[in-house]
Amino acid sequence: MDYALQQLVNGLTLGMIYGLIALGYTMVYGIIGMINFAHGDVFMIGAFISLISFILLGMGGITAVPIALVLVLAIAMCFTALYGFAVERVAYRPLRGSFRLAPLISAIGMSIFLQNFVQVAQGARVKPLEPVVTGGIVLMEGGTFTVTISAMQIIIILTTLVVLTIFTLIVARTPLGRAMRACEQDQRMAKLLGIDVDRTISLTFVIGAALAAVAGMMYLLYYGVIDFFIGFVAGVKAFTAAVLGGIGSLPGAVLGGLLIGLIETFWSAYFSVQYKDVAAFSILALTLLFMPSGLLGRHDVEKV
Amino acid sequence: MSAPILAVEGLTMRFGGLLAVDQLSLSAARGEITAIIGPNGAGKTTVFNCLTGFYRPTGGSITVTHENGETFRLERLPQHHIVRDARIARTFQNIRLFGGMTVLENLMVAQHNRLMREGARLPLALVGFGPYMRREAAAVDRARFWLERTGLIERADDAAASLPYGAQRRLEIARAMCTEPQLLCLDEPAAGLNPRESDALNELILFIRDTGADGRGCSVLLIEHDMSVVMTISDHIVVLDYGRKIADGAPAAIREDPKVIAAYLGVDEEEALAVDAALQKQ
Repeated sequence: MDYALQQLVNGLTLGMIYGLIALGYTMVYGIIGMINFAHGDVFMIGAFISLISFILLGMGGITAVPIALVLVLAIAMCFTALYGFAVERVAYRPLRGSFRLAPLISAIGMSIFLQNFVQVAQGARVKPLEPVVTGGIVLMEGGTFTVTISAMQIIIILTTLVVLTIFTLIVARTPLGRAMRACEQDQRMAKLLGIDVDRTISLTFVIGAALAAVAGMMYLLYYGVIDFFIGFVAGVKAFTAAVLGGIGSLPGAVLGGLLIGLIETFWSAYFSVQYKDVAAFSILALTLLFMPSGLLGRHDVEKV
Repeated sequence: MSAPILAVEGLTMRFGGLLAVDQLSLSAARGEITAIIGPNGAGKTTVFNCLTGFYRPTGGSITVTHENGETFRLERLPQHHIVRDARIARTFQNIRLFGGMTVLENLMVAQHNRLMREGARLPLALVGFGPYMRREAAAVDRARFWLERTGLIERADDAAASLPYGAQRRLEIARAMCTEPQLLCLDEPAAGLNPRESDALNELILFIRDTGADGRGCSVLLIEHDMSVVMTISDHIVVLDYGRKIADGAPAAIREDPKVIAAYLGVDEEEALAVDAALQKQ
């Protein structure tokens, strides 16, 4: 029981990170109907920018933990957003209106480029970060197992919840959010109502990248080591989460992320750590086979 | 006499070997309802699509002149500037609402530019105070005004796709009006409406002509097959056949024009009968 509770805490934390990345996939899919395969690598970039900012802040003498965390978060979000913007400009916008597979191929190319760029710029070895936040709260003591929630996990869960709330408000309440939803449904009509569709798509990438940056920073803090390849596995898992939740559905992405995080954690805890990826990707296969529109997705009727 | 709000000159639209619109010139006077009629396939909707940037015309010019003398060449404007700068809004023959959004949201999307242009910056929108809230409230008011005019106020929070057909048509008009256009292009607004709805529509269009979005009236360009609508509310009628203009004038003159009658009789029995019936009724 206590062991399971501990896994629940761990799984939720991991799930939050996946959910944040999954949002980026699902938003882009919603608005231009394309899987942005470079999104996982944007997340990796976010993690690297966080690492670099932690080190720079440390050298600059800013070591108060809360201030450092907030600053790093802001820096990572801004710079990663720039990457997201640039990726869309360079790799996708020129191909808009081209055949469907073209942007997909260009996305894969972008992904390879970003990985190699970081490999060349930062080296291929794993980069460690000294634990920034330590300590935790004991939730349940006694018995055979002590259930703790670390301060780090609390920070991850809280930050994610705050970011998600802000993000939900943007989508639900602001003109930008309405424009995004309108473009999702009918781009030409949105244009006719005076919405600059290109700009809205750009902003979607920017927001998606900023969310990925949050996830990247959380990943860095949680695991303490990153390398240029983390974007691939995390990206594919988040993609699985987006598909499981129903691609195109924002609450679905978060739900899918949490589920994948939990499944993976519980699988590792009770069966085998080596095969945890098998568990996550089996879910992808099963979802695609039996529930192609996902948990919260709507049935897509092919437009004629 | 001021310049007409819309002046189309030598408009040509060619799709491969098909000449859909051929050297068409027409104009729509400010503050009037101008109807474009013609048999099926005459090129009416193609003209609309050229006006609103869906197609790039093969040749010719489309000029919009605002009351203050400002002119816009529509064939050169990017599509999203047509409504923003030239202030032209349109509706569709096959309704194109944002079905998954609520009725009110559909009208708010139409006011996107006003909300953004007047400096609705994201942080303010989130914190929810200051000028942003006032603008948002003004946009909601404007939306409410048109919802009341179109009898949809009760349905404001329902998904647009859940409305009955006639209501969706009215919502499309309300949405177009929320962009505060100077010229409203209606593509077969009466299609599929019952006679009662059709009468209400006439009233709505007349209201738009006389009052418009800002109380100063809005010119209307109308494509319509329903002759009872066309003959009742139009100030001016342009008749197209095979992409050319065959007649142009006041409803009374059009009704008697032999070329028009021939075009209808020669092309489509059903529509010829409709014209005939409308003539009998007058």
